[in-house]
Amino acid sequence: MLVPFVWMVILSLETKQQASSFPPVLTPSTLHFSNYPATWNSVPFGHFFLNSLMYSLATVAGNLLFCSLAAYAFARIRFFGRELLFMLFLATLMVPFQVILIPTFLIVKKLGLVDSVGGLIMPNLCSAFGIFMLRQFFRTLPIELEEAARIDGTSRLGILFKIVLPLSLPALATLGIIQFMWSWNDFLWPLIIIDSASHAPLQLGLSTLQGAHSTEWNLLMAGTVMSLIPMLAIFLFAQRWFVRSIAFTGVKQ
Amino acid sequence: MPSVTLEDITKTFPGGAIAVDELSLEIADGEFMILVGSSGCGKTTALRMIAGLEKPTSGTIRIGERAVQDLSARDRDIAMVFQNYALYPHMTVARNLAYPLRQRKMPKREIAKRVQEVAEMLSLEELLGRRPAQLSGGQRQRVAMGRALVREPAVFLLDEPLSNLDAKLRVQMRAALKRLHSQLGVTTVYVTHDQVEAMTLGDRIAVIADGRLQQLGAPQDVYDRPANVFVAGFIGSPPMNLLRGRARDGLATAGDLVVPCPGVSDKDVIVGVRPECLRPAREGMPSLGFEVMVVEPMGDEVIVHGLVAAELASVLPEEEGEAVLMARDGGRAEAIARLDPQARPEVGSLIQLSVDPDSIYLFDAATGLAVR
Repeated sequence: MLVPFVWMVILSLETKQQASSFPPVLTPSTLHFSNYPATWNSVPFGHFFLNSLMYSLATVAGNLLFCSLAAYAFARIRFFGRELLFMLFLATLMVPFQVILIPTFLIVKKLGLVDSVGGLIMPNLCSAFGIFMLRQFFRTLPIELEEAARIDGTSRLGILFKIVLPLSLPALATLGIIQFMWSWNDFLWPLIIIDSASHAPLQLGLSTLQGAHSTEWNLLMAGTVMSLIPMLAIFLFAQRWFVRSIAFTGVKQ
Repeated sequence: MPSVTLEDITKTFPGGAIAVDELSLEIADGEFMILVGSSGCGKTTALRMIAGLEKPTSGTIRIGERAVQDLSARDRDIAMVFQNYALYPHMTVARNLAYPLRQRKMPKREIAKRVQEVAEMLSLEELLGRRPAQLSGGQRQRVAMGRALVREPAVFLLDEPLSNLDAKLRVQMRAALKRLHSQLGVTTVYVTHDQVEAMTLGDRIAVIADGRLQQLGAPQDVYDRPANVFVAGFIGSPPMNLLRGRARDGLATAGDLVVPCPGVSDKDVIVGVRPECLRPAREGMPSLGFEVMVVEPMGDEVIVHGLVAAELASVLPEEEGEAVLMARDGGRAEAIARLDPQARPEVGSLIQLSVDPDSIYLFDAATGLAVR
């Protein structure tokens, strides 16, 4: 599992010739750290980085809000056809994104959002996975807390925001991290929907280093290493939550 | 303080289970009413319907003059203490206490004042900054009480509030609850399966079995004059000995126990004897042979388990409200007696115990109703 990662780091520190030679040079004699500033300058790296950050944070926020609302309804509000509807939501988890890529594109196009930040973000604001995960978690919370809050005069929405969500921080953190990783690493949807470099997130931006005839592997890898830094930071920072909450959602039913 | 009235309340759950069956109950202004019954008898469902957490299938619930069955829980002016306390884990004690007031948009100063008052009343001042996880069971219980009291509700509902406490704390809290009620005079409905709590706390108790009201009355009256064989077996600890017998020509016979029962027509009966009414044999008193199996010394008394030569009548209330009587094979029934420590018998010995005929209960074996 670590081999591609190590190779990536090695490639990012080689010259262009070493990086594209065969057999590959696994132990370069000198390390070219200059590849990193070179990458930063050869493409608008900072700009891509900010685009990615915005794309990821917006989808995280959207997922936390919209999945919570839907999940609470599925967990606690009795309405006609609830189970069937939930099953349909779950069923969508089995459909790969490639299958709905074109319909999604057509919808976004009809909305006039092609090549816009809105078009990038909108289809990813809510996910069936997030709804499923939060619903499972909400159902483990003692119902008496919500009943007590009802008697104390709290509305449905109030119960969600004042009681349920504060008690669901581990689940929300997990969903947030998963969604952040997903959006940060997302390549296919940005590739389809974004044309102009000014809206491109990092993964799409990096691909401009990959030309039709020649690829500057060393620079591409340097960019990729840099793009991983936020992920690593988040993972290290949130690891404690992450593990705890996965244990939480798994067992307690 | 308003009264609470239940008029023919029925609750049928999806799937057809009848939790509460045409329950009618009038709880007077300021009264401490106990709903008591074994688990699953519908007492908690009844309480939840008063609270507005469940909707009755039919019937009317009034708080004061107002019919409330269609009002939401927040509009009923009630407060509830849950069995597991349901304290908000992410809030400090102070915030838990303040929560119902903040939900009602009370001015901050007034909230602070009330929280302070309630904290003093329940000795919670030291704990205001803590979270529920840092409290002991008894402390949590007091916070739960405080959160219910802080709003000064019209009706106070408690769902087995003491069942998660250890025995010593339970006795303390029982006394505290009673004192609190006499101080505040709030109409209170209290659900429990513990007949000691029912006896000690209630102004009146409502014994419920199978969703139906079995008997309603002051605790002592219910104890002294159980309306049917279920109530007789449920109220009192250790429970009343219930033996199958027959009434004939003014005499009721159960095994070797023969007691006069003038005016009772000939039929199958259940003879009830409270454990404390069994005494070492005396001349001229009806008596029965008692084979000692287990002796439990309690200090001030001994509780003696043994066998008597009669069939046991155990009671299971059934759908039709008839008591179903289950006989034990062999014609020997387990019985319990409470004796003085001086009269402590040897295990394995056969002793004679006598009963004052006036302390004997008789129930119709077919209907379970008291015949005297």
